[in-house]
Amino acid sequence: MSETSTRQPVLRMVGITKRFPGVLANDHVTLDLYEGEVLALLGENGAGKSTLMNVLCGLYRPDEGAIYVDGRPIEIRSPRDAYDLGIGMVHQNFMLVETMTVAENVVLGLRGLPFRPDFSDVSEGLRDISARYGLEVDPDAYIWQLSVGEQQRVEILKLLYRGADILILDEPTAVLTPQEVDDLVRVLRRMVAEGKSIVFITHKMNEVMVFSDRVTVLRQGRVTATLPTSGTSPQELARLMVGREVLFRLEKEPCRPGPPVLEVEGLEALNDKNLPALRGVSLTLRAGEIVGIAGVAGNGQRELAEVVTGLRTAVAGEVRVNETCVTNCSPLEMIRVGVSHVPEDRVGVGLVGSMAVSDNLALKGYRGPELSRGPVLLPSAVQRFAHDLIESFDIATPGPETRVKFLSGGNLQKTILARELTACGGLLVAVHPTRGLDVGATEAVRKLLLEQRNQGNAVLLISEDLEELMAVSDRIAVMFEGQIVDVVPAADADVAALGLMMAGGRPEPGGVAQ
Amino acid sequence: MRVVIEKREAISRSARLLVPIISFVFALIFGAILLLASGVNPLVTYAAMARGALGGRHALGETLVKAIPLMFTGLGVSLAFRMLFWNIGAEGQLAMGGLAATGVALFLAGRLPSWSVLPAVIVAGMVAGAVWGAIPALLRAYLKVNETITTLMMNYIAILWISHLYHGPWRDPGGYGFPGTAQFPPEAWLPRLFDRVHLGILLAVVAAAILWFVIQRTKWGFEIRVTGENPQAARYAGIDIARNIVLVMLLSGALCGLAGACEVSGVMRRLQQGLTVGYGYTAIIVAWMGQLNPLGVLLVAFLLAVILVGGDQIQLAMGLPAAMAFVLQGALLFPMLGGALFTEYRLRIVRTGARVTAVTTSSAVEEAE
Amino acid sequence: MDISLLVSVLTITLRAGTSLVYATVGEIYTERSGILNLGVEGMMMMGALAAFAVAYHTGSLALALLVALLVGGLLAAVHAFLSVSLRANQVVSGLTLTLFGTGMASFLGQRLGPGGTYLVGLVGPSLKRIPIPILSELPLVGPSLFNQDILTYGLYIFVPLAGWYLYKTRPGLYLRAVGENPQTADAMGIHVAAFRYLYTILGGMLAGLGGAHLSLSYTKGWAENITGGRGWIAVALVIFAMWDPLRAVVGAILFGGINAVQFRMQAAGTTIPSALLNMLPYIATILVLVVITWWETLRKRIGAPAALGLPYAREEKG
Repeated sequence: MSETSTRQPVLRMVGITKRFPGVLANDHVTLDLYEGEVLALLGENGAGKSTLMNVLCGLYRPDEGAIYVDGRPIEIRSPRDAYDLGIGMVHQNFMLVETMTVAENVVLGLRGLPFRPDFSDVSEGLRDISARYGLEVDPDAYIWQLSVGEQQRVEILKLLYRGADILILDEPTAVLTPQEVDDLVRVLRRMVAEGKSIVFITHKMNEVMVFSDRVTVLRQGRVTATLPTSGTSPQELARLMVGREVLFRLEKEPCRPGPPVLEVEGLEALNDKNLPALRGVSLTLRAGEIVGIAGVAGNGQRELAEVVTGLRTAVAGEVRVNETCVTNCSPLEMIRVGVSHVPEDRVGVGLVGSMAVSDNLALKGYRGPELSRGPVLLPSAVQRFAHDLIESFDIATPGPETRVKFLSGGNLQKTILARELTACGGLLVAVHPTRGLDVGATEAVRKLLLEQRNQGNAVLLISEDLEELMAVSDRIAVMFEGQIVDVVPAADADVAALGLMMAGGRPEPGGVAQ
Repeated sequence: MRVVIEKREAISRSARLLVPIISFVFALIFGAILLLASGVNPLVTYAAMARGALGGRHALGETLVKAIPLMFTGLGVSLAFRMLFWNIGAEGQLAMGGLAATGVALFLAGRLPSWSVLPAVIVAGMVAGAVWGAIPALLRAYLKVNETITTLMMNYIAILWISHLYHGPWRDPGGYGFPGTAQFPPEAWLPRLFDRVHLGILLAVVAAAILWFVIQRTKWGFEIRVTGENPQAARYAGIDIARNIVLVMLLSGALCGLAGACEVSGVMRRLQQGLTVGYGYTAIIVAWMGQLNPLGVLLVAFLLAVILVGGDQIQLAMGLPAAMAFVLQGALLFPMLGGALFTEYRLRIVRTGARVTAVTTSSAVEEAE
Repeated sequence: MDISLLVSVLTITLRAGTSLVYATVGEIYTERSGILNLGVEGMMMMGALAAFAVAYHTGSLALALLVALLVGGLLAAVHAFLSVSLRANQVVSGLTLTLFGTGMASFLGQRLGPGGTYLVGLVGPSLKRIPIPILSELPLVGPSLFNQDILTYGLYIFVPLAGWYLYKTRPGLYLRAVGENPQTADAMGIHVAAFRYLYTILGGMLAGLGGAHLSLSYTKGWAENITGGRGWIAVALVIFAMWDPLRAVVGAILFGGINAVQFRMQAAGTTIPSALLNMLPYIATILVLVVITWWETLRKRIGAPAALGLPYAREEKG
């Protein structure tokens, strides 16, 4: 932390403008970064933060604007140029080659790498840096063997090994437990003490308060304010970010749980790498309640959702929906039993991008008597169905025949929700349903989930957002390493206790363990 | 100065129509260059080709005769491609269709009531093609074996098999030493409409119509389209992909087998050399250029038949090698493949040197409508 | 077991397998960069034609080999352009090149003979077998491994080199990254498109070279369908070799062996119909593919380069 008012910024981005088809991602954005500080770049999803930083690290070319490093105007034509200038970025989706080791990943594209790279040399260098900043990781391990938190450390090591002085971190805490977040804060403080400058991209106000010295707020591609963190508050930041008062609380009817809809007993399953992902999961969901699954990504939540929806085989254990045993039934049978699924990967799994909105809306119900007769589809019925859903769910689309890939993120999710909620026969599995959505869309989705629950359906909500889980769920189950650590009523939950469990701590019978 | 390829907001309709047309023009130009290099006047050649293929009833008939197997195999291949099943085995499926049809015609005709011989011949051809196509399909569906290679290997096996048969065990004893089977009995002949144009042309049109209906209007067709566009979403939606792979290939193989059956029963009236001349491979071009659409397939099949027949004509008349036609076909598809880019993307020329003074984007090379 | 029979089989196996090794290793490199090239058959065919035509007309074998390399590379360049810059469907593009290449080879084969006539059936220069002093005296391996032509000898150096290059050098490391995860390679400053172009063209060149071996050594002379599907078998062998150049040799040996067996049996006069013998390589390819795929699925090993066959573009949003 240093005095910044009169010094030359180590980085200046002036008037940066970037357009994509149909979208103005950055609108004359100006940003300063000083040496030895952490600058938070705050904005909703879609506000242009990642775009701006992608411009800085050479992945995008700006349509207008200029960049100055140490007062010198420079042009960044490619990621290599950015590296040469000492600028590096840790992306949300890690840029790592899974089948290679840490050391191999670190040296990819390194200037001056000899024709026959000496990896023992590289490993040694990496161990030095690891020790200096507290980023412990085995240089000879393969990426696929590492946990997500360790992979993030590799990403940071990559930058430090190349002598990066300006580091950009894009939503780094999404994949970390609260304890790992503390570790990250410590690492960042050490880097800043050595004179590095850090840009910290986030959409969470409380992270800004914890991590940064100054904050620049983006809204819809424009800068709304740049302030010292000490001089502001989460409420003010929220207003700057969204432009209106943000409701932090949701209105919720009391929970009236009915008969069990989903019963999972002793479930065991493997992940894509044939390693155990579920190690004996047992859980009961009742009609009319929302059970949230808390946990850091990679502890089995995804696999749980896939087993319950028939997309993954269980190695042991039982799954029952409405008292019917459906263990290892096909996705079709799960659908028939009344399970709806809002998947994590919207465009990749939940929708067919190149087909029309109406086709996508019919993807669940096309087998039924409303949309088909015998083997033949009824086009007029499909159209009517689509029209009804587009209206009632307020999906913004030029028309029902528009190909779904042209819709915005929020509307993609609305399409999926419209389809899945309408077809829901008792159980809704929603995986990260508000990820990447702006505040308006997020609110809408949460309201829809509550509606489902009020109508008597059971909702299994998997989310990385503890705030969301606490606001929406009736009960919260914490998953760690393929098992459920504990299930607590949401009203009684607190972040510290949940965070402890997410990191593997056992629940204390009384209060929070210390 | 940089050329930027950027995604369009909507798929360009005009590009979709223009691209095949421009491809065709490019192919003609490329062919013209080859002809010039061979010392021949391209315009005269093309005119001769057109006359040879379309000038008069007889020429048109020959063109249709060549078009029919292309239509059937094109339809079969386009169906498989829709589901991203790369059926390169149309040639083998056609051959097996011909084999089965021949087998029935030569060896079972005597034991069946005469009205049933022709239908039996046709059905046998379809079944054989279906089975030949189903084998790689099963391997892919349940064992995840790459179908590009298996279908192709089945081609070689099928071609060797029929060659063995009409050179050996099935050879016509009274055939003066020519390799080929005896002629089929008349009950097994597919009736002809005029000249050598046989009933297959009607069957092809009907098949195209049925295929269009199945793909666009049935639940199964919907499943096929979804699977082809996004297999993961298909699985998520409960679609049984493995089952569909097999069903699609049964149908695809059947269509190709039908091509073979019609050839031996309608055109050659025996099994001999000249059945496997590459229709199955040309079908890939037909399917792709026809944009996997049954009507498009029919049109492109006809177009390619014009090139093939015209090519035959100029070979005779002008001494140009028949392989010329194959070269032209290949040349057709390149611009088609490259041009497909323009339906989804457009080019923009951007002057570099983006500073505080704004960069101007100059004229777009292609505009979305 | 008759030693001379064993020697004969081993010799033919190596000779038959040589063209396959070049083509397979070439395709391994191409696929390692993420590009699927199904045009190998066409490139081999054109390579075979070009090599023989040049050798026939100029008498220079060196020039013939060079032209074969060029021709294969040129065809592959077209595929690279379509696949990398225009993001065309790689399966169809490759298939088209095969159709085009085989058609073109057939076309030229009827025009490139003396005076513009047929090239088929002509006799021209061929690669001679060169026994290596001392080594060729060794029992069994001597006459088979060390009495071959220069292209087969070339393999003894080329294959280990190809393996070393892929796993121990910087460009090999970058190549593997490009095929596994082009987004990452791009973000790290590696020029994805350049790698894809380079190794696709290299693969084509090697396919052309493999074809040249057929017309200059194995079959000697030009004939229609001289490659007989070897280009396709090479593509299958890439899977069998699990994208590893050293394992490619095993597969090629296997097929060379089948060729050798076919040859010997026909020479010995067998009752098995020649058609069935001719089918052996194709049936074997299917069986090999089935076994390998099933085995790999069972073990869930990481196999193909993760980005194989998928076009890569940097400016995609979202």
